[in-house]
Amino acid sequence: MKILVCISNVPDTTSKINFTDGDTKFDTNGVQFVINPNDEFGLTRAMWFKEKQGASVHVATVGGAQTEPTIRKALAIGADEAIRINAEPTDGFFVARQLAEVVKNGGYDLVIAGRESIDYNGGMVPGILATLLDMNFVNTCIGLEVDGSNATAIREIDGGKETIGTTLPLVIGGQKGLVEESDLRIPNMRGIMMARKKALNVIDPIDAPSMTTDSSFEKPEAKGPVKLVDAANIDELVSLLHNEAKVI
Amino acid sequence: MSVLAYTESDKGNFKKSAFEAVSYAYEVAQQLGETVTAVAINASDASQLGTYGAAKVLHVSDDKLSSFNANAYATAIAAAATSENAKTIIVSSSADSKYLSGILAAKLNAGYVPNVVAAPESTSPFKVKRTAFSNKGFAHTEITADTKIVGVSNNAFGIVENATTAEVSDFAPSLTDGDFGTNSLEVDKVVGKATIADADVVVSAGRGLKGPENWGMIEELADILGAATACSKPVSDLGWRPHGEHVGQTGKPVASNLYIAIGISGAIQHLAGVSASKTKVVINNDPEAPFFKAADYGVVGDAFEVVPKLIEKLKEFKAQNA
Ligand SMILES: Cc1cc2nc3c(=O)[nH]c(=O)nc-3n(C[C@H](O)[C@H](O)[C@H](O)COP(=O)(O)OP(=O)(O)OC[C@H]3O[C@@H](n4cnc5c(N)ncnc54)[C@H](O)[C@@H]3O)c2cc1C
Ligand SMILES: Nc1ncnc2c1ncn2[C@@H]1O[C@H](COP(=O)(O)O)[C@@H](O)[C@H]1O
Repeated sequence: MKILVCISNVPDTTSKINFTDGDTKFDTNGVQFVINPNDEFGLTRAMWFKEKQGASVHVATVGGAQTEPTIRKALAIGADEAIRINAEPTDGFFVARQLAEVVKNGGYDLVIAGRESIDYNGGMVPGILATLLDMNFVNTCIGLEVDGSNATAIREIDGGKETIGTTLPLVIGGQKGLVEESDLRIPNMRGIMMARKKALNVIDPIDAPSMTTDSSFEKPEAKGPVKLVDAANIDELVSLLHNEAKVI
Repeated sequence: MSVLAYTESDKGNFKKSAFEAVSYAYEVAQQLGETVTAVAINASDASQLGTYGAAKVLHVSDDKLSSFNANAYATAIAAAATSENAKTIIVSSSADSKYLSGILAAKLNAGYVPNVVAAPESTSPFKVKRTAFSNKGFAHTEITADTKIVGVSNNAFGIVENATTAEVSDFAPSLTDGDFGTNSLEVDKVVGKATIADADVVVSAGRGLKGPENWGMIEELADILGAATACSKPVSDLGWRPHGEHVGQTGKPVASNLYIAIGISGAIQHLAGVSASKTKVVINNDPEAPFFKAADYGVVGDAFEVVPKLIEKLKEFKAQNA
């Protein structure tokens, strides 16, 4: 089985979010970039397929040279090869078109993407990718088993989960649950050394349009101070929720 | 031309998000000088959508669609869009709608924007405000494609009545085997309980609760409020609660009217996922807990004393207001 894990390069979850250039750009100053958490779960699951079922695992990202430390990290975790499509990821459609080209040319059986990137929260790449490639697709995937060309996936739904039977070739939008938090891999010294020798192929993008553009950004309004209610006076809380906030 | 609203239902009954989608579609249609056509799948009373402004409903009744199938549903919605010549499509932000929207965008070669929090700022260019950076910011996003898909956030635009009489007609999109590459084998879902996605109130608890055996009072509080229960990430990682209850940046997003956080410190990743809630109440014994800075109401105190008291007071309140 040939697996492609799609990696988006995002600000670390603790990042303070600021905008620059008249609020038209995300301010990357002082921001640490990491593998999108949803993709990290997917990558770890891919490692499981590699170790238990002999799968080969490639990773791909659409991004400039500044994303290379993030893909090197994926190689250090254990991916065999990396592909960087050298273009700014302008929107989900554009990214999906680039990745579709890689999947077509590479003959992958399973494409593991994330449910969403935690920065722009587009949540569209996996669905568009699957449809462009006419591959099956399971989103918010929290469990995946593959047996020959059959796959069983578990999907998180509102209020529970659903088990889905499908076949390869398959695209999933993964998230936490795909593997346990405690099983997430952290690159070790040996992995980091080996990653230096692995191929990181940089390829040119194909011509593709974007369907959306972010013209400006803003930060949420600062919150007013909290109203504290004495623990001995919970009546007051109930009354505030009823009369002031009008939520009960 | 019409604005198309996809209206979700569960066992024939429309979800709240369906009415929200139609309400939003009506507002967009007003701005564009168009009318609203809703598409409903296996709904028991499609005419209900008229209340919120649907002039027309394309009703699909098909046993093959009795359980949700993203690809087949997207095919049906795409067919409805084509038949109505709709260039603007409104969907909700539920897990199912997000699942099908990417597929729909590819089928229609459309621009899709999820997590939209307000009516379009302008329709030419078509620009909407949406959350980004896990609720740490907003983006003003322009959809430049000819066909546009807008995913409306739960509880953001709200349900608005625009009483119209909906003309309901049967619609039979042609579905092929190729639309059913995925099969639902089993659905494991709590019934009769509010879900984090739909609930007006969410009661959430963290590591401050010390252990899974202490969740009885959290469930009782949730019951009284008709609320869904949720938890912080470590609580689900420790196996105290199911993964599906984990909320935050890497868990489920919460956009309820009321969010009550008990024994949760308020780490940035947690806040990111819950800050879209309208009113936030924090109960924590540490006055320095960062969550107080993001809260509307706070109680500094021991959860094991405050929560039972809150339950008691809410019971009294309910008895008086019944
Ligand atoms: C990549 C990444 C992603 C993450 N994503 C998420 C996410 O999506 N969601 C999320 O929640 N977290 C997430 N986290 C974890 C986050 O950083 C915090 O560790 C977590 O939210 C803390 O959970 P907590 O508040 O339950 O526990 P703690 O931080 O341990 O806080 C417990 C709180 O309970 C209070 N307390 C203790 N006893 C009592 C009592 N008797 N009565 C009242 N209060 C009491 C304490 O004062 C304290 O404030 C993520 C972390 C990383 C690194
Ligand atoms: N620039 C990118 N390069 C590679 N994969 C990406 C990129 N952007 C998004 N993805 C993949 O698509 C998933 C969903 O991202 P998005 O649609 O941007 O929210 C991510 O978790 C990645 O797996």
